[in-house]
Amino acid sequence: MSNHRIPDAPGQLINRDVPLTFTWNGRRLRGYEGDTIVSALLANGITITGRSMKYHRPRGPLTADYWDPNTTVQVGDEPNVRASHRLLRDGMNVSAQNVWPSLRFDLKSANRLVGRFLTAGFYYKTFMKPAALWPLYARVLGTFAPGGVVDLDAPPPRNDKRYAHPDVVVAGGGPAGMAAALAAAQAGASVMLVEHEHQLGGHLCWGDDTDRAEAARLAHAVRAAGVEVLTDATVTGRYEDNWLAISQRGLPGIDERLIKARAGVLIVAAGTIERPYVFAGNDLPGVMTSGAVRRLITMYGVKPGNRAVVFTANPSGDAAVVALEAAGVTIAAVVDGRLGGNVVAAHGRNRVRRVTLADGRRIDSDLLITAVGWTTPTSLLNMSGDRPVYDPEAARFFPWCPPDNVLATGGLAGDGTTEQLVAHGEATGLLAAARAGVVRHRLQHLTRRAEPVTTPEPAWPADERPPLPHGSHPALFRSTTHGIVDYSEDVSSKDLVQAADEGFDSVELVKRFTTTTMGPSQGKLETVNTVAVLAEARGETIEQVGTTVWRPPYAPISLGALAGRIHEPVRMSSIQPWHEAHGAQPILAGQWIRPNHYGDPESEVRNTRNRVGIIDITPLGKLDLQGPDVPKLLNLLYTNSWNALPQGAVRYGLMCAEDGVVLDDGVTGRLGPEHYLMTTTSSGAATVWNWAENWLQTEHPDWQVHITPVTTGLTSINVAGPDSRQLLERLTNDIDLGPDAFQYMQVRTGTVAGVANCIVWRIGFTGELSYEVHVPSGFGLFVWEQLLVHGQDLGVAPFGLEAQRIMRLEKGHFIVGQDTDGLSKAPVTGLETLLKVEKDDWVGKPEVVWALSRGDGPRIVAVQPTDPTVVPEEAAQIVAAGTNQILGRITSSRFSPTLNRSVCLAQVHPDVATPGTTLTIVLANGTRTTAQVMEHHAHFDPEGSRLRG
Amino acid sequence: MLLVPCPVCGPKNAAELTYRGETHSRPDPNQATPEEWRSYLYLRDNPAGWLREGWFCSSGCRTFFTLERNTTTGELREPLLPGNKVAGRPISDGTEP
Repeated sequence: MSNHRIPDAPGQLINRDVPLTFTWNGRRLRGYEGDTIVSALLANGITITGRSMKYHRPRGPLTADYWDPNTTVQVGDEPNVRASHRLLRDGMNVSAQNVWPSLRFDLKSANRLVGRFLTAGFYYKTFMKPAALWPLYARVLGTFAPGGVVDLDAPPPRNDKRYAHPDVVVAGGGPAGMAAALAAAQAGASVMLVEHEHQLGGHLCWGDDTDRAEAARLAHAVRAAGVEVLTDATVTGRYEDNWLAISQRGLPGIDERLIKARAGVLIVAAGTIERPYVFAGNDLPGVMTSGAVRRLITMYGVKPGNRAVVFTANPSGDAAVVALEAAGVTIAAVVDGRLGGNVVAAHGRNRVRRVTLADGRRIDSDLLITAVGWTTPTSLLNMSGDRPVYDPEAARFFPWCPPDNVLATGGLAGDGTTEQLVAHGEATGLLAAARAGVVRHRLQHLTRRAEPVTTPEPAWPADERPPLPHGSHPALFRSTTHGIVDYSEDVSSKDLVQAADEGFDSVELVKRFTTTTMGPSQGKLETVNTVAVLAEARGETIEQVGTTVWRPPYAPISLGALAGRIHEPVRMSSIQPWHEAHGAQPILAGQWIRPNHYGDPESEVRNTRNRVGIIDITPLGKLDLQGPDVPKLLNLLYTNSWNALPQGAVRYGLMCAEDGVVLDDGVTGRLGPEHYLMTTTSSGAATVWNWAENWLQTEHPDWQVHITPVTTGLTSINVAGPDSRQLLERLTNDIDLGPDAFQYMQVRTGTVAGVANCIVWRIGFTGELSYEVHVPSGFGLFVWEQLLVHGQDLGVAPFGLEAQRIMRLEKGHFIVGQDTDGLSKAPVTGLETLLKVEKDDWVGKPEVVWALSRGDGPRIVAVQPTDPTVVPEEAAQIVAAGTNQILGRITSSRFSPTLNRSVCLAQVHPDVATPGTTLTIVLANGTRTTAQVMEHHAHFDPEGSRLRG
Repeated sequence: MLLVPCPVCGPKNAAELTYRGETHSRPDPNQATPEEWRSYLYLRDNPAGWLREGWFCSSGCRTFFTLERNTTTGELREPLLPGNKVAGRPISDGTEP
């Protein structure tokens, strides 16, 4: 299929028995199982894999690993796929991003010619004036945006989440990480080993036979020891108390899983990342790191070119020479950075053709391999609070002092032979297991148990690991020429020098000004080069310049993985199936789904006013209160007095927060000597429950009150209308419903439709004679259907939330949160008689007392528009006539089918709250209309003769 | 995420509890001046260092408790059992209003 594959050899991950077919920009190509997209492309002779962001320079594989900034592609409907990491699948449609009209002939590469306009800070300098042209700029810039294409019709990704509680998490599956995981597991710890590649082994995978044998030994031992191994997974963040975010891909049926792990100890064994070198032409396809060619040759059997110049300053570069020779690549020159050799420039248009060396030689080649040193990816340590320090002798950063429950090992911590790295890893694993044991003991000690943990806490194990040595490495960051520093963002060393010249003296400012380290590679390749170039420009050392801060995520997480699956609980009453079967229009109220109406809310109102209606009010908050001190609690929570509530009576109450603002309202009935049922607003049920518990537990722990939330334990049905008594009489024989025996604001318990233990009370939210029936929820639907069957001749019909809202508005009953808001202190309600200032203590009392004495707060009033057909929008402003001075707003408004006119409640300034005052209302369309303040809140039956009947 | 030791349930993720903030004792509602009352309602010391704060085990045992946390180091001291006074502010289930 191509001449870019070398013969099969040990260490190759591809399976030549399973050929795969895929397309690249529409062209049909072949690869093997085990290939990455990039190894398959290179095997087909494809060397340009993308175009750079600003200048649209051709780009090819640079590091050929997860961090490669030049190999981001579109796969089918998935944009921004890291092609050096993503495994090839049969039938994949792969295409280049950020090219137009095609990868080889990219018109946008004309940017190269206008590059001087795209230098440092061009975002802040260009396209600024005139401002009127911004829409045009935005459109033009949009076509240059480097991302892939989002297919809005693509099926949503499949994501999920998992929680894990391992003793030890090891980030990195190289020799040190594997050895650490193995030692910790053998010491009895539960261990999770997280490796971002598709296989364990780290750099041993592209090493020699001995390296690979050691990798295989450790990988086998780790699994045999019961370590949970996650490949294609990354620890992306570390937060307080070792709370870790781990992104895992490659699971069957799941695109990406987010694991939230609480680890006793985190071992960071992230290894090192090979740093690119800065020189003229350093981003030409064919310029690669030593790790890239070693990976491509050893793991994927790909010959990356024909004739190579190798610039080496370390053993990895030397090993690259050996690997290239073995793959049949001619070594045109080896330039040794340890001996003072240097490369100055790479030349070519779409690929390296020639290399200029510092000694003046010009050498023809199609590959230029650099091995100039390492970046330590200390991100997880930084997130733990560590500030790594630079060692000039080793030309890289090392950990400083991470917290006690985070340990570093491997290349991150120092240099050494495989044996030394493994030994350090083992010591780290043992230490981690011991420390995790102490953490576990502490957590157990903090948990109350029938048999408390009484063993003394073990001593915190000291860190007695012999440190890994820091090897010496020449400091090679930039040659004598300028080149690209940040490949993802197309930032050159010249841009950084210019930024320094312009006075940006902090690395954090230079970062934001030039956008260096802000692209998809997030500093993994370019941070140290950025710092080095700046240091050189300012005549300082790398330590003096310091680095930017590594923040989460270490590697990108998709938004879908963060969102996970949608788990939105829905609550519904036991009658909901009936509502759905009878054409109810649902409305979502908080978590509740409930019927808004059954087709015609106005006829539901008329039926209830004239005959009898039933409404499912199950979401009404219900708290069962028992104990001798319930009256004390009621006196504290409600503004009015609860001392003399007789058994069998219910009372309305208003609740405030400590700032005097209305919190909730509802009725509470006394069912027995020490037994009460409190109702709250539907939306306030959870709040009031927490609120009451709060006061009992923190202020009055001596009060004997037990609270049980019974909101869903009881199905609540309001039977309302002139014929409601007649209907209910047909369904109960142990509750005397006679007007004198069972009066308004009284409660009875008994049997309804044969269902025992029902609670029935007479209140009047709708303004009609009505009975609220609270039924054990298992019988809710049965009682509902019995009411309909037995009331057929009475014309009984269900009504929904909308009809109830109309009727309560006709009746002038305010709704907390609708007619009041977060600033409405209790006097706004006009219920002065319920604000018992003589009562010793109640929540919010001081603020209410002061508000009453000031008398300057807004008031809720009933408002009647002069034109009865006008229904002002809710939240329409009320202003002083002829001005825009705001005096209040409409809080509720509906057209009343009972009165055949509009009905409103409003909150207004006290100066205009007097009955008879004419108000000016600004409607949504900008026109003004007038209205009168009414004498009572109730538009309908202000005397209440209907509900008391 | 902080691991918060509920005195009843043991250590739990902070997200399973509701944070109630700095604790303040409630002044006598019949004696307090507006300054004292509003200090109780609104003013917080926000120290860099040890802070006594209220937590509510809203997704667990529903215990209100206080503990001491060092705001600069994240260290926690032994939780205290309920009965300690905290400023009364309404909270809903699991989420701040």
